[in-house]
Formats: sequence, structure tokens, C-alpha cells
Amino acid sequence: MTDRLHPALIAFAVLVYFFLMGPLVIVIGAALSDTGYLTFPPQGLTLHWFERIFEMSAFRRTMVTSFQVATVSTCCALLIGIPTAYALNRYRVQLPGWLSTLFVLPVLIPEIVLGFSLLRSIQVGVGLPVVSTLIIGHTLLVLPYAVRVISASLASFDFSIEEAAVSLGSPPIKTFFTIVLPNVRAGVIAAFILAFITSINDVSISLFLTGPGISTLPIQILAHVEQFFDPVIASVSVLLMVLTVIVMAVVERTLGLTFLAK
Amino acid sequence: MTTPLILCNLTAHYGATKVLDDLSLDVGAGELVSLLGASGCGKTTTLRLVAGFLQPTAGTIHLGETDLTRLQAHKRNIGLVFQNYALFPHLTVRDNVAFGLKQRGLAGAERTRKAGEMLDRVGLSALAERLPGALSGGQRQRVALARALVIEPPLLMFDEPLSNLDARLRVEMRVEIRELQRANRTTAIFVTHDQEEAFSISDRVAIMEAGRIRQFDRPETLYSRPANAFVARFVGFENLIPLTVTARDAGRISAEGEGGIDMTLSEEDLGPIPDQFILATRPDGLRVSNGDHGIPARLGLRTYVGRAYHYQAETPAGHLIASGTLGQPRDGGETVCLVAEPEQCCILDHEGAS
Repeated sequence: MTDRLHPALIAFAVLVYFFLMGPLVIVIGAALSDTGYLTFPPQGLTLHWFERIFEMSAFRRTMVTSFQVATVSTCCALLIGIPTAYALNRYRVQLPGWLSTLFVLPVLIPEIVLGFSLLRSIQVGVGLPVVSTLIIGHTLLVLPYAVRVISASLASFDFSIEEAAVSLGSPPIKTFFTIVLPNVRAGVIAAFILAFITSINDVSISLFLTGPGISTLPIQILAHVEQFFDPVIASVSVLLMVLTVIVMAVVERTLGLTFLAK
Repeated sequence: MTTPLILCNLTAHYGATKVLDDLSLDVGAGELVSLLGASGCGKTTTLRLVAGFLQPTAGTIHLGETDLTRLQAHKRNIGLVFQNYALFPHLTVRDNVAFGLKQRGLAGAERTRKAGEMLDRVGLSALAERLPGALSGGQRQRVALARALVIEPPLLMFDEPLSNLDARLRVEMRVEIRELQRANRTTAIFVTHDQEEAFSISDRVAIMEAGRIRQFDRPETLYSRPANAFVARFVGFENLIPLTVTARDAGRISAEGEGGIDMTLSEEDLGPIPDQFILATRPDGLRVSNGDHGIPARLGLRTYVGRAYHYQAETPAGHLIASGTLGQPRDGGETVCLVAEPEQCCILDHEGAS
């Protein structure tokens, strides 16, 4: 046995990274290009296309909508998902096996179908405003991720710890907040990030639920691409990436991102 | 602060399965009682009922004057020590110990002082600021013990607290547990599947099987005078030989069994012997002899157990295990007679056979 890596393994690793990072490099390059159309490698460097995003009110508005919808639906999904995941794990023995599968179902249904049925049932049927419908749709979309990720975290949680706290005089509800929650914090943070990013990037459900005057950023990008072929699209994409990274960084700073190490 | 615990006709179900069947148990004030049995016998269920994590389908639980039966778990004031320690991973050793005090509304300084004192008693003051993850198994169990003791509960309960420790530490910890329990005169329940552990630590032991207590007595009595065949086998009386009395002569009993078994026993050694009985012996209580009185046997495999040889023996009473001296090893196939050594024997009623 030697510690030296096989050259083929190194080559393979490099290829994987190239495959993963390549598109990002191309998009970032194209966003900086000084041409009026999408091209790579960039010809000349400019930040002009980033300015253009903010000159276009459609992008500004949809960006705000996207963030509002992502934030609210992620919070809703956590509020539903944390107690759900807790119950599914705490009472795993007593509950039927299919119950946990039930919360993964929205992932299995094609998003197009989900979007269409939401359109028919709550937007047209009940007549809710567009933003509310979007929030409900996205909550449904990200809930399975929240439940799964928090469940994974709870699966390694020893519930006798909770019983120990109760036996020492801590009421059950209080125990949940002082003992259970701090020990699955990493899972909750991971669920938040995953849910937020899933919502921000969603196209299929939003496609059905956005309406006149109210749209999300990915839908606006789609609409823009259909008409123009300028680097604005690339710069919006870069902006979206940067914002995602910022969300992760902020969450990490405020809550402590220990889950990546686990 | 010594309070008796009285369990009265407890029945519990797990779904449709009855896991505890009309169990009654009196634990005296300041007494340490072990619940001993194989897994699934209901010992942990009993403990969880007393802790309030399970509800009985029938029966009552009283701790002193207090009826615990329907009281919420967090109001029961019981110190619990778990098999896997169940320390709070995100709190320091000191905060773990102080947790119960905090729930009782003690001020910060008082909490720290009391927790510190308790950590001193279990010899862990130096580790007070560590997280549980940085401790060894023995240290964790000491923290768990300190955390349960610091609230000065009227009842302590241990759920197989030593089974995750290595053999030497286990013996050390059980002495420590016993000393702390004695010093505080706290009533205690100790759940274990380890007979030696239960016998060495307890005032009394309840041997359980299938949701019932088969015998509840002092370890010495259980060990030498089991009340039924189940307990007899459990404490090592592996040979059960059914016999019938044929003659009584001033405490000297002649008894016969199937296939020419004929034995002479003394009521002086074994206590009163009914007309129909079962002679239960440990392997050491059935000695290989050259005489023609006793149980005719054909020897099988010989094993060395340190102080003697044990022989698998085929007899009219079935398969038995006998012992022979080291000075005289015997070969498989020899035909001998087995005689009973009264100090390793006991008498069971015929009714107690099962």
C-alpha cells in the first residue's frame, strides 16, 4: 500500500471538476463579454450587462418576488416540516411505514403536473392572489426536502436524551426547544438552504402560478431568452449564483454551518 | 428522604401484546431492588411505567403517599440513569448536571455550586467544562449518575446502566452506585440482565419472565432456594430430577425416580421434602461416584472448568451435567452412578415444575 494516488484517479478527478465547474466558467465569462450577444470566451471585459439588469424593472421586480416567495415558503416548510419529521422519527415504531413515504410524494409527482393542478384548484378554483398561490406551491415543492433532511438529522438523535430531560423535570414542549432542536440544528440549517435554493431556482411550478404583472426571476429569465440573446441572461445567472452563495454565507455566519463537516 | 415504591397489579400492553401481566412489587424505603430477566421479560417496561413514559392499562404506582399512576413524567421527580447515558450532547458536563436544578428554579450561583459538589463526589470536577462527546464511557456514566443524584430524588432508577462498559469498569461502577445509593438512603430500582450484577448490588431481586415476577427475594435465598424450575434454571440449577418419596425415617428420605434412580436425602440439609418433588442440582451438586446408589449414568463429553471436570451424562432422568474431581478424570462411555451433594441442591414442589 502506498499513499500515492493513481494518475488515472487524478485525471478522473480533474475531469469531474472540469465537468462541474466548466459551465459556471462559461456563464461567468459570457456575462462579462463586451459583445451584444452571448459568446465564449468573452471578447473584452465589461460590467455593463450587470447594470442592464437593474435598469430593467422586470428583473428588479421579479427578483424581489422570488426572494419573498422563497423566504416565506421555506419558513412555512420548516414550520410544517420540523414537527412532521419529529413525529415521524419519535413514533417510528408506532406509525405505519407508508406515512413517511407520503411526505416524499410531491417529489415523485412531475412538477408540471403539480403546477397545473395547483393552478386549477387554488388559483382558478379558489381565486387566491398570485403571490399567495406561489407561496403555497413552493411550500409544497420544498416541504419534502425539509422533511427528508431534518428526518436524516433526527434519525441519529437518541430520544432517550429527551426522556432524560423530561425525567429531570423539563416539560415536553420546553424539552423540544431546549434539548431536541439544538441537537438537530445542523439539519434545520441544511433544510433551510436546500429549500430556499430549490424555491429560488424553480421554473415548472412557477410557470403555471405566475400571472400578469407578477413573476419570479427564473420565469422572467425564460421570457427574456425567448426574445433576446444578449449577455444579460448570463449576468442574471451569475447574480443568482452570487445571491445563493450570500444566503449560504449569511446562514453560516448567523447559525453556524456545522452540517458540512458532519 | 426514604420513600417506599409500591406497584400494584400493573398491566401494560404494547399495541395488542400484553407485556406486563398483573405485576405487583413493594420496594421498601431506602432499598435497592433489581429487576432481573432476559430481554423482553418486561423489566424495562416496568421501569418506563414508573418513569411515566408509558401508561399502564391497569394497576397503580405509588411513591410514598403520592399516586404516580396518572402523573405527567416531568412531575414525577425520579432520577433516571440510562444504558446509553443519554447526556445532553450540546451542554457541558456541568450544565448537564445542573439541568435538573435549573428546572427546579434554582438560581445560577446555587446551581453551579451544587453541580460542582456533585461532580466532586463522582470525581469529575476537572472535566466540568468538557462536552460529553469528549468523555470515556465510564466518565459519561458518572456524569449521568451525578445528573440523576443532584436533584435528590426520592427514587432512583437504573436501566442497564453498566452494560456498555468493559468488565473491570462495570464492577467498579456498581460498587460506586451502591455506595452513593446507600449514603443517600435513596430507594432504587436497578434493571439488568446480568445475574451477578443484580445479586451483588441488590437488597432484593425480582426475577422476571414474560411480564411476570417469578420470584422476589434476597439474592442469597434466590441463589440457594429458588421457588420454581424457571428461577432454579436461571440461577444455575441445571439438573432437574423428578422423584417420589418411598420411605421416611427421622428426616432421612429415600426417594425413587424413573429407570432405577434411588437416592437418600436429608431434610436437615434440604428442608422439608414433599412426597412428590423435583431435586434441582447445579453441575457441582451431582458428583460422579463408583458406588451403585444414586442415578445410573453413562458419561459423555468431559470439559475442564477449573476446579473440577464437568461431564455430560445420559441418565434415566434425561440429559444431566455432573462433576468429577480433577484427580480422577474419566472417559466418555463409562457407566457410573451420580450422587447429590446437598449444599448444591434444592427441592422444588412438583407444581413449581414449569
